[in-house]
Order: sequence, then structure tokens, then C-alpha cells
Amino acid sequence: MTATTEREAATGMTRQQLGPSLRGWLQDWLPRLVLAPSFLLVLVFVYGFNLWTVFLSFTNSRAFPTTNLIGFTNYVRLWNWTFETDPPSNWYTALVNMGLFGGLYIFFCLFLGLLLAILLDQKIRGEGILRPIYLYPLALSFIVTGTAWKLFLDPRIGLENALHDWGWISFHFDWVVDPKMMIYCVAIAGIWQSSGFVMAMFLAGLRGVDGEILKAAQIDGASAYQTYRRIVIPIIRPVFFSALIVLAHMAIKSYDLVLSVTGKNPGGAAELPSTFMYSYTFTRNQMAVGSASAVIMLMTIAAIMVPYIYSETREKSR
Amino acid sequence: MSAADLVTSAPGRRPSGHSLTTRIVIYGLLLLFAFVYLVPLAVMVLTSLKPLDEVTGGNMFALPRHLTLEPWLRAWGEARIGVSDTRGISGYFFNSVKMVVPAVLISTLLGALNGYVLTKWSFPGHKLVFGMMLFACFIPFQSVIIPMAVILGALGRFGMTLADFTGWSFGLGNATVNLVIVHVIYGLGFTTLFFRNYYAAFPTELIKAAMIDGASFFQIFRRILLPNSTPIFIVTVIYQFTNIWNDFLFGSTFAAGDTAPMTVALNNLVNTSTGVVEYNTNMAAAIIAAAPTLLVYVIAGRYFVRGLMAGAIKG
Repeated sequence: MTATTEREAATGMTRQQLGPSLRGWLQDWLPRLVLAPSFLLVLVFVYGFNLWTVFLSFTNSRAFPTTNLIGFTNYVRLWNWTFETDPPSNWYTALVNMGLFGGLYIFFCLFLGLLLAILLDQKIRGEGILRPIYLYPLALSFIVTGTAWKLFLDPRIGLENALHDWGWISFHFDWVVDPKMMIYCVAIAGIWQSSGFVMAMFLAGLRGVDGEILKAAQIDGASAYQTYRRIVIPIIRPVFFSALIVLAHMAIKSYDLVLSVTGKNPGGAAELPSTFMYSYTFTRNQMAVGSASAVIMLMTIAAIMVPYIYSETREKSR
Repeated sequence: MSAADLVTSAPGRRPSGHSLTTRIVIYGLLLLFAFVYLVPLAVMVLTSLKPLDEVTGGNMFALPRHLTLEPWLRAWGEARIGVSDTRGISGYFFNSVKMVVPAVLISTLLGALNGYVLTKWSFPGHKLVFGMMLFACFIPFQSVIIPMAVILGALGRFGMTLADFTGWSFGLGNATVNLVIVHVIYGLGFTTLFFRNYYAAFPTELIKAAMIDGASFFQIFRRILLPNSTPIFIVTVIYQFTNIWNDFLFGSTFAAGDTAPMTVALNNLVNTSTGVVEYNTNMAAAIIAAAPTLLVYVIAGRYFVRGLMAGAIKG
């Protein structure tokens, strides 16, 4: 706070030297003028566009945006589709898949991430070689990851074929071409891609734990398991929270991975809200329904991110 | 010390009272996981070096019996991408390059200026402005994509009108220009966040002294902050480069046919439904698509991790 006032005093002095001229005014307003274009862009293209999408979700837009307001009709349709299970509506499939994919993705990324971080934190020789191996999938695009896993899991040329070749004839794994099981393959590829990142987050947390506490626990006779269970994990609880938020947010946004693992999502079997939005808006000419689903995605992410951003920025200023 | 430095710093001072059996289990698990993480990449490379009959008729883990670079050449120059007449992914690779370079440079520079203003020239309400810009990092792009399509369509028509009068559209309506605009706008949140956090830790006394000496806003930025910003520039450039190069949603929506970026072309190539599926060519194309970001990761992994962590926990 004091720094700010002092700085203001400093700028004030510069202004006095220059006098109440245009240059002085410019000097005062220049910082804000520099920031203004970026802020305006965000205001229009993020907040304005979100509001525009909200508006579209209340219209009867089909192939092109219209301004005919029809109230909550599109949301009512989504609501009804939510319970249309026989045959399952696309929206119902999208929600069920979101739950399956999101749940598995978040759980296994957290589990593997923590496991790898704890294992790596045991004074491991060659950590510098192992760590980058767990992390490199993050550098790949989801399309590349999906392409690789689609081949790897393809029963004709991939894993099943290879194990048959080695003599394990009864091995059977064709999920990637089975519409009912496809979404699990998307989860496998997603976990492979993101768990290294969670490992890095946990490792940073573990390295931040005071070594003295652990020594004390060891002297008191606590086993390694007890030390982690009762001391280390409670200390790094904020990392769990951060990782959970990041993963949830990534799961909701997942789009390219589904298309590439499943090969353009045949028959909507691996539908997620993100692909639902895209196909209703751009191929089924139901832009208003697409907008409504986009608004639901936005609301879900906002419900996760806004409290998180708020708490993070508040902690920073404390 | 930032969170990422904790990851990349020397391994810790954990009490190691492990027995030999425990150590074997630990190393065994670590190596097993390393294997699992590497196998898909290894299979990609192996497949891309085999003739097609070895891929469809053999074991994917087997080494190539007839080592060939043919799939790589096909992927680069000959393979049919979707319904497009352009052959090979080389053109799309350069589409991506043309899109990534300006988008990364512009968004990073704007982020640096924003971070500078928000920390060293803060004004009433700067926290609110920052908080609002931060949300740009997290919105699902589905919620802005329809208005964006409408606006880019309008800009394209405006560009055609301009071209009628002046003979030049000023780049409006050009798919690469459109993608640069989109990526700059939706990258601003992250770049501003990175530079704000970096400059917040930069000693304000130096800035104050320069102000008293009469240095202007841009002089201070150029002479004092920029020379001390190399690490954060590397982090931001890598982060933006990876994100924009790997983007698919915007690329597939706003750039069709021959103007598509690499990721879109790869997806079209892999999902071409006509003829025999050339797995080896697909894998070569996938590796080419992944090469630039993988290379960056290999060269500057430390900065890469730092960017990811900063994007996630704002450390």
C-alpha cells in the first residue's frame, strides 16, 4: 500500500515538473491507454461474446443467428433430453459420458500423479531422466495423442493383435471400436496425457514440505505409509484442490481428444457436451440448442473457476 | 523459488530408511510407468518406419524388417488430406508456422505491457481489471465460437469490399489472419497473468528511482524491465507456442480446406474414409505434427514445466 502512495508521489512530482501540459496528462494516462486495448478486447470477445451466446440460447436460431426470442424453450428441450434414456438422447449420452470420462480422468490423474510424485521423491537415482518421460505427453496435441492411442488400441493391428502374435490367444480388447466402450479409451488417452502434469504439481508440493517434520516423524517411529497418510498428504492438501480444479476444467473442455481417439465420434457414441455443442451448432443447424449447451458448459466452468480465482487472488494479497 | 523450481531442483532430503526390497519395488514401479508412457511414442515411430503390409500383417512392437522412409515422404508431400487437392501435410505445416509466429509474438508483447501496467503503474480498480482478464483463460471456447464466426464472417465481407475499392483486403477474411486474431485475444489472459506475477516480484524501488530521474513509461519498460525479463519471455513464448500449435477447435472452425493448420490436417488425414488406411503414413504425419512442440520440450523442458505450473496454480 505504502509503495503505491510513494509511487504516486513520484509520478506527481514528474507531473509538476512538466506542468499541466498535454504531455503531463499523457504521462498520467499512458499506462491505462496501453492496457485499454487488451482490456477492451477481453471485454468484447470474452464477456460480450458470452452474453451474445446467452442471448442466442433464448432465440430460435437454426443455421444462422436470429433475434426471435422464444424464452426458455431450448433449455426446456435440454432438460427433457436429460431424462430421455430409451433410446438415449444425444444430450443424455453427452452427460453420462461426461460423468464417466470426467470421473475416471480426474481420479486416475490424481492417483497416478500422487503415486509417481511420492515414488520420485524417494531420493531416486536418475530422477532427471524419469521425470521428463512422465511429462512429455503434455507437449503433444490431443489430436496426436488420439491418433497414437487409436492405433495402439486398434484390435486388428494394435495391442490385441500383438498379444495374439505372442501367444496370448484369449486376450480380447476392442473397446476403441466398440461404441459402448469408446469413452473409456478416450479416458485412457487423456490420463496418459495429463497425469504427468499432476505428478509435477504434487512433486512441487512434496518438495515444499519441511524435511525436519519428516525426520521427527521417523524418529518417533512412524512408518513411511503413516508419515505420508497422516503428515505429508494433509500438508499438501491445497495441491489436491488445485489439481482437482485444473483437471475438472480440462475434462469439461475436452473436445479434440474424443474426435481423434474415436475417429470423429461415430454415431455420437462418445458424445460429450463439447461435441454436442459443436454438432448441433454447425452440422445439425440447431444453433440455439447448441448455444444453450455452451451456456451450460460456461456456467459449470464458472462455478468451478470463479471461487478458485477469487480465493487464489485473495490469498496473494494477504 | 517458484513451484516449478521445486520440481526441477535437485532431489530432496527425504529420510531414506528403505530396505533393499522396498527400493526394488520403487524402481520397478517407476520403470514400469516410464515404459507405459514411452510405448505409444515408440509404436508411432516403429509404425512410421515400416511398409504398410508389415503394419497390417505384423506385430506393432516388432522392429521393421524392411526399414523405409517412404511413409514420411508420403506424409510430407503426397498423402491425400480429406477432400483437398493439396497433397501432403507440408503446406499445412507452414500454415501453422505462419499462424503461430505472429500470434505468439503479439500476445506475448501485449502480455508484457499489461503485466507492467498492472504491477508498476497500478490504478484504482487494477485488481478488478486483472481478475476479469484472468477469466479469459478459463472460458470454454464453445461459448464464444458462434459470435466469433459471425464477426469473422463480417470482417471477411468487409475485406472483400475493401478489396473492391483499394485492390487489397488488408488481410481481412484470410484464414491465417483470422486465427492469429483469435489466438491473440484468447491468449491475452495467460500472457498477462504470467507477466503480472513476474513483475509483481520485480523491485519497485528501481522503477521509482527511474521515474524521479524523469524516465518515461516506455523508457522504463525498455531499459529496466525488458532486460530483466528473459526467463518469463521464454516461459510465455513456450506456453503460447505449445497451446496455439496444438489448438484444434479454432483451427477446425475458422480455417477450412487448404488454409487449415497442422492439427486439423492431421485429423483429416487420419479420418479419410476412402481407400486403404495407411497407418504408417498417418503415424509419420502425427510425429511431424508433434515435432515442433516436442523439440521445444526437449530443449527447454524446465521453462515448459514452469509455464504449465504458472498457468495452473499462479505460483
